[in-house]
Amino acid sequence: MDIYKFLITPAEATQMHGPHDRIVMSSRVRLARNLKDAAYPGWAKKPERIKILETIRPAVESLPEMKDAFSEAMDNLGALDKQILVERHLISREHAAKSSGSGLVLNREETFCVMINEEDHLRMQALRPGLQLRQAWSAIDQFDSQLEKKLDYAFSNELGYLTACPTNLGTGIRVSAMLHLPGLVLAEQINPIIQSVNKLGLAVRGLYGEGTEALGNVFQVSNQMTLGESEATIVERLDKVLLQIIEHEENARQTLLEKKTKTVFNHIGRAYGILANAHSISSKETMNLLSLMRLGVDLRLFPEVDRSLVDELFIITQPAHLQKQFSDKLSAEERDLLRSDMVRERLKNVSRPSVKPLKTGN
Amino acid sequence: MQCSVCKEKTATVFLTHIENDKMHKVNLCEDCAKTKGVDNPTTFSLADADLLLGLGAAQEITQTTGGVDLKCPRCGFSQADFKKSGRLGCPECYQVFAEGLEGLLKTMHKGTRHVGKSPEALRQSRENAEKLKSLQKKLVKAIESEDFEQAAKLRDELKDMPPRPAEPAKK
Repeated sequence: MDIYKFLITPAEATQMHGPHDRIVMSSRVRLARNLKDAAYPGWAKKPERIKILETIRPAVESLPEMKDAFSEAMDNLGALDKQILVERHLISREHAAKSSGSGLVLNREETFCVMINEEDHLRMQALRPGLQLRQAWSAIDQFDSQLEKKLDYAFSNELGYLTACPTNLGTGIRVSAMLHLPGLVLAEQINPIIQSVNKLGLAVRGLYGEGTEALGNVFQVSNQMTLGESEATIVERLDKVLLQIIEHEENARQTLLEKKTKTVFNHIGRAYGILANAHSISSKETMNLLSLMRLGVDLRLFPEVDRSLVDELFIITQPAHLQKQFSDKLSAEERDLLRSDMVRERLKNVSRPSVKPLKTGN
Repeated sequence: MQCSVCKEKTATVFLTHIENDKMHKVNLCEDCAKTKGVDNPTTFSLADADLLLGLGAAQEITQTTGGVDLKCPRCGFSQADFKKSGRLGCPECYQVFAEGLEGLLKTMHKGTRHVGKSPEALRQSRENAEKLKSLQKKLVKAIESEDFEQAAKLRDELKDMPPRPAEPAKK
């Protein structure tokens, strides 16, 4: 099956709402699990990996949550399909690099996504729009409880769930949220915030996770420690920290509007100007400018524009998504031309930012 | 989380560096971060993460095992492999390399004992084992104090306990 046809359309994806989704784009809880008597994927030879996949995949498919799911071995997915899954934040870049002996099971609603033989035998994730860490944890907890009846997990009373990398040992949990923080970036408060979040033992990463830059002012915040604390404690701490970051971001936006009005209008106006008029634009520049436009929408500088317009562009201007819409293989230069055409077309009825913003708020 | 360099103070600076698909993580306390010149993460390139890690993970294993190249009997994974990848070969490896891993886990995590979810079957067998122990203790006490009525009750309760499942393979 074509993954692009299975996936929720970008337009539909922008209609999924959750608490605080002005700032929190999505919440995710991931659990790492492994089978008791098998080598980890990075060390197992191909026949063993295939055996593991054949054990795990039917078990995952049999769960009621996975009814009508998309289930495929990674070697049956093309490079472009894999890249699309990365751009939708459904699989890691590491998993996209896998082929024979690895697999993916994704449910129709895109609320559960399981990577088989990534770094661990099982990486199961629950995804939710907006800030919904508790809901995501409870969903993946139940999912895992059903799965443990069908699979023999590697577990020790002392060390908990045994994982390929010692950094995931214990609960095997990674709780994370994707945040849009243009206010803190413009106000130059982002670095101290990142540092204090780090001090709490939490990691801050870029748009596509580990080792990536914060394109479009999007940051991922997640726990780092997995051993010696319960899942609930980790979820609660992250939730508390995220609420504080949200507050800081809101304050930064308010302060910018009051004290640095010209700077903000300048940034947003230029972003609009380039996006609406460029004839060649890279993916990176597009994202960074769309981020400013999204801020403009939040600040009501574009009163007639819905945020979903910007959010959809955010998805469809990414390289693989763009490529997918055209049958011929495109070079980066050709993509930049087509991307700018697409953005201009979408923004053609959007008037320039009004310099008398209404009060902020939802 | 402990500082990976001085192993004394709490780490507050966390560096992650990816090179050739290999991930390096270094946790430093504020003082060590300053002496290593990494207190400003925006300018530090992290190219020398390996150097910093020289006192960290893999090295530590070598030290504690006296330089002998330990190998996991289950999967054949060696500590040299761990040094290379930062990942283990199979679940069994945690027992094989337990000694060397302990220090590493201390620098990495909140604690070294698992707290939180455990598979239901294991949880139940553990709870049963605990209940069994406490009933047996009470029974001994009842007999000692010649409370035979209580002892009979406890004996019946013990009889009703589910048969002890085979202990999960644990050291």
